[in-house]
Amino acid sequence: MLQLTSPLPLIEIRPDPPALPRLVEAWTYRELLMFLAWRDVAVRYKQTALGVSWAVLQPVLTMAIFTLIFGRLAAVPTDGVPYPLFAFCGLLPWQLFSFALGASANSLVANERLVTKVYFPRIVIPLASVIAGLVDFAIAFVLLMGLMYYYAVPISATILALPVLVLAAVAAATAVGILLSAVNVRFRDVKHALPFLTQIWMLATPIAYSTSLFPERWRPLFALNPMVGVVEGFRWSLLGHTEATGTVFLVSGAILLLGMAFSVSYFLRVERSFADLI
Amino acid sequence: MLAIQAQGLGKRYRIGQRAGYRTLREALTSPFARLRRSVEDPAAFLWALDDVSFDVRPGEVVGIIGRNGAGKSTLLKILSRITDPTRGRAELRGRVASLLEVGTGFHPELTGRENIYLSGAVLGMRRNEIVRHFDEIVAFSEVERFLDTQVKYYSSGMFTRLAFAVAAHLQPEILIVDEVLAVGDASFQRKCLNKMEDVGREGRTVLFVSHNMPAVTRLCPRTVLLDKGRVLKDGPSHDVVSAYLSSGLGTTAAREWQEPAERPGNEIVRLVSVRVVQDGETKAAIDIRRPVAIQVEFEVLESGCLLVPNLHFMTEEGVHAFVALEIDSPWHKKPRRAGRHLSTAWVPGNFLSEGTYVLGVSISTLDPVRVHFHERDAVALQVIDSFDGDSARGDYGGPFPGVVRPMLRWDASPPPETTP
Repeated sequence: MLQLTSPLPLIEIRPDPPALPRLVEAWTYRELLMFLAWRDVAVRYKQTALGVSWAVLQPVLTMAIFTLIFGRLAAVPTDGVPYPLFAFCGLLPWQLFSFALGASANSLVANERLVTKVYFPRIVIPLASVIAGLVDFAIAFVLLMGLMYYYAVPISATILALPVLVLAAVAAATAVGILLSAVNVRFRDVKHALPFLTQIWMLATPIAYSTSLFPERWRPLFALNPMVGVVEGFRWSLLGHTEATGTVFLVSGAILLLGMAFSVSYFLRVERSFADLI
Repeated sequence: MLAIQAQGLGKRYRIGQRAGYRTLREALTSPFARLRRSVEDPAAFLWALDDVSFDVRPGEVVGIIGRNGAGKSTLLKILSRITDPTRGRAELRGRVASLLEVGTGFHPELTGRENIYLSGAVLGMRRNEIVRHFDEIVAFSEVERFLDTQVKYYSSGMFTRLAFAVAAHLQPEILIVDEVLAVGDASFQRKCLNKMEDVGREGRTVLFVSHNMPAVTRLCPRTVLLDKGRVLKDGPSHDVVSAYLSSGLGTTAAREWQEPAERPGNEIVRLVSVRVVQDGETKAAIDIRRPVAIQVEFEVLESGCLLVPNLHFMTEEGVHAFVALEIDSPWHKKPRRAGRHLSTAWVPGNFLSEGTYVLGVSISTLDPVRVHFHERDAVALQVIDSFDGDSARGDYGGPFPGVVRPMLRWDASPPPETTP
């Protein structure tokens, strides 16, 4: 059906097409983004016996182990919060981050056929994997609400900041995920390095323990890991208490923005070679 | 205004060690090796496409042919924006959809219904377009009953039908189609070709890569022939296709085994050459209306055997259309003398069907049966039907099934006179 009313779009093909228009173009592919995210969600728990309960089981089991080891045996200080709630509040954004990171880092290679057979801005693929991670997060979040009710922790106005913090967790996963997904096209080492990286990163994030373990003056350095800001932000927003200072949030936020800018520009620079290299 | 304008398109690939799949370790440990192999070593690179220019007007349907490695796929990938050219430019005016494989975007774990949406979105359809065409797509695919079954349980035929049904309902201004019709059963292939013809009639611009010469001549008024990354010929399909077929770039119309040791056969008889000849010339593109000679040359090494050359005509789909035995010859039931023999089988005009036949050549002794050799895929010939109204299809221009297409004599008597 020829659209006679609107002028036909002009597509220019040339070596090294400019990056910025491609980023703008990605926005017009948001429907595809949602379709791919939906596919990832629909497929994830296919042919599993426990299905979507995995979204609950993973954080709950981790919380139970943490409670036993860090809460009981090591008796880590939690700034007065019941340990299970304290840990779960940290695990929630962490699992969102680590899941989204893992899925997006492998996304381009996993969708090789799309990359080599059809055109669309490639950034849609890792972004869709990140978005798909939000579904598990939402399910686990309901559980957290139940846990807060059980421990009679009141919900305060600070919960209004939560969407921003979720966005920050997603942004952190996106920044690292799209970078690694692009590197993975060329160097499959990413697949092997990723579990290790995630593990170390988790230990560097105050999930099982509190930032209060760190001396005050080292905290901004600690916050170079943007997930420190995210996790402490979650505790502040939901439990109304954090040992982290404004500086921690500023440092984490700044790193996040810088990382995002770097990743996106790197991705745009190399994306046109994916089909030849993958 | 042009729909597609390509100017000097070139694509260079690194050959030998592919750039992909390198590990980080390799990149870190061999920076010098990489430097040495760099830019100026022409042997390390291959121009898969080299200075390709052509224009396509809106609504034109253009075939792209050439043997494997001629650059067809690279050209389609560049025009589909899957990869960028190394040199040159192109402009495309309108929405572009490309079908480079069957089932792009399909996920085996999802149902047929879900895959229609997913694949539609991946190929560039808007959600509301998919919703609008959903019933048509389902009807075209003929898999209504399995719509809510996971695609992984589909037969390959069902999968192909559903996948093509989605693709067939794309409505871009420019459609780029690679050899996706090479799969699926014959009747569905026909259906797809018809759908493609409809697409052409709707005024859409189509680029169609195929090895199926009859399909190219029927669907595309114009054809571009690529060879070694360059445009070798660009013009009316009939001319370009027959130039391609007779150039020996395509299917082989003649085969000759120069080295005695390589000749198929045994201690009694060996095959020397096979040729497809029409009008006194070796030809791979055969006019359906005129007789074709299949010449088999063989060397008899041991005198005194009864030898019967036989030809096996296979269609492109692998159907064994018929076998021809040499029984009408001076050598019938007579022992052969040693030396070179030439047997020619005449296939009458208006007998073969349109399309490709691949010929197997064999020489046997019949009683007791002994096959001295059977050379499968010895030669191939491409039968081109005429549209002048004097072949078996008459004035009918549509799909015409059958592995042979004889022109029969029909007797017709007038209706009996009715007496009032």
